[in-house]
Amino acid sequence: MSFILRRLGFYVVTAWVAITLNFLIPRLMPGNPVQVLFSRIKHQISPAAVHAISLAFGLNTSQGLLGQYWSYLDQLFHGNLGVSVTYFPSTVSTVLRTALPWTVALVGVATVLSFVFGTMLGILSAWRRGSRTVDSLLPITAFLSAVPYFWLGLVLLTVFAVELRWLPIAGGYSVDVTPGWTWEFISSALVHGILPAATIVISSIAGWLLGMRNMMITTLAEDYVLLAEAKGLHQRRVLYTYAARNAILPNIASFALSLGFIVGGAILTEIVFSYPGIGYVLFQAVSNNDYPLMQGVFLIITFMVLLANLLADVCYVVLDPRTRESDRR
Amino acid sequence: MSIVVSDVITESEPTTDRPGWIRGVLRSKKVAAGLVIVVFFVLLGLIGPFFVGNPSAGSPDNLAPPSLSHLLGTTQTGQDVFAQLVIGTRVSLAVGLISALLATLIAVAIGLSSALLGGLWDELLSMFTNVFLVIPALPLVIVLAGYLHGAGTLAVALVISLTGWSWTARILRAQTLSLRQRDYILAARAAGESTPRIIAFEILPNEVPLIAAQFLITVLYAILTQAGLAFLGVGSVTTWSWGTMLYWAENAEALSLGAWWWFVPPGLALALLGTGLALLNFGIDEYANPRLRESGLTPRAERRVNRRLLARRGSTS
Repeated sequence: MSFILRRLGFYVVTAWVAITLNFLIPRLMPGNPVQVLFSRIKHQISPAAVHAISLAFGLNTSQGLLGQYWSYLDQLFHGNLGVSVTYFPSTVSTVLRTALPWTVALVGVATVLSFVFGTMLGILSAWRRGSRTVDSLLPITAFLSAVPYFWLGLVLLTVFAVELRWLPIAGGYSVDVTPGWTWEFISSALVHGILPAATIVISSIAGWLLGMRNMMITTLAEDYVLLAEAKGLHQRRVLYTYAARNAILPNIASFALSLGFIVGGAILTEIVFSYPGIGYVLFQAVSNNDYPLMQGVFLIITFMVLLANLLADVCYVVLDPRTRESDRR
Repeated sequence: MSIVVSDVITESEPTTDRPGWIRGVLRSKKVAAGLVIVVFFVLLGLIGPFFVGNPSAGSPDNLAPPSLSHLLGTTQTGQDVFAQLVIGTRVSLAVGLISALLATLIAVAIGLSSALLGGLWDELLSMFTNVFLVIPALPLVIVLAGYLHGAGTLAVALVISLTGWSWTARILRAQTLSLRQRDYILAARAAGESTPRIIAFEILPNEVPLIAAQFLITVLYAILTQAGLAFLGVGSVTTWSWGTMLYWAENAEALSLGAWWWFVPPGLALALLGTGLALLNFGIDEYANPRLRESGLTPRAERRVNRRLLARRGSTS
């Protein structure tokens, strides 16, 4: 348990750093961009909204920086992230709440698929090392790992949506169904999710594959693998029960680092497909200089990544007895 | 856009003859291929711009497919795609190099101080590194660059470097911690060498392969991030880079117009350069971790050799 608690402590600190960065960035930027935005929209929105934004950004207040920080934390704690300029009169929290499920579903499913397939392929490519077909895969994975998500999205879109017309071009569901737990809506959402998910899986699979391959090669040379072979155990048993089980741990540990990249790529993928998730919201916010929304998106993405990391840590504890062992001592 | 990170922090044996590792790395086929690709793009970025016309100049042929007068066709306003690609190479490479240089400098400073200072400083610096490792970089860069509206390319490069140092710093810290305990460092210390001298002449030279590998990864990260930012329209949309080309192609709906020659080349260039950098990196990885090398043996033969080695080890000890 102490391992999880330690990680939890770390994530709390990270969340605090992200929150503080979020507070400092608009105040440190040259030319006071928030003030400019504020004067532009001041007369178009209600006094209550003006008040909400000025609280979130600490404008028009006589408070010092520390006082502003406290009222910012207080607002944040009550879920007040200000009002979106793009989606006015919706608040930032409302906009995020509608967009979040889309991103979580898309990125979640795509990441799990990519992890499972990448790891399996990594195991196979390490085992069959030396065979020509497997070794020729390596340059291909290098290529896949370097392909920008959004460009791959554009290519898939052109081929499968524009030219072949097999799949829809944009959006999260077709316009003639209403969101709800109906079969029409779910099937429409699934069909719309195929291309974005494929984009994320194809671009991120190489990372898992290569990581697993490297760890497998290192593990396969261990003495206990040799011993297992010498005992005459079935190849499959040696491969999965002896080598892969040990090699997979670092791959899960590197999840934390990869997730940031995958989420970044997913943001751009959503924009290509006009997918109604967080990434598309961020795009709208950036195009309209909607600073409250932009910062809300940054915070929510960071929190989600931290949460996913915590889940990976729990998996790690379940899979690696050593983390539990140290507790007893 | 996943960056290939291998979590294997191998402790490469300290090398005495420094050109040795360079020769070792160059022998690999993968490295040779990677080198050819990277050198090609560097030359394209350096020399190419002198041979192409103004990338922003329009012409009467709108959306013309590739032909002899326009090697890669034209955009909606008749701009030459090839000229944009060549000029864009220079900008994308420049951003990659500047960001990666800065990020690597930050990483070396933080990673080495963390490992060498130890104690509370180590705790704090490691925490700082790990925090930056977990915070998703692209959203942070977008927020930062979003405020610097219409920011120049240099500002974008700076912002990217601020988010790209943490992985290198972490790896260098681990490597320095392990080097610090080696006999030859202890000997240097006992001989009364000063810490700066030990860092400059004993520790850093042995971390060169590692720093080089991380530098390549960071260049790739920076180039891809800049392309993503430009594609979003963050930063200057009038400076031609591969990302800006994709931004304009997307805005002009090059997709539904079927103008593949507009959006395929910049993405392909990004992916190819990335492949080159990744292949170079494989080579360095294999040098640092000999187990990853292609042995040229079939797996069965290789295991037989391993077994024989094991037997020999058993009989001598």
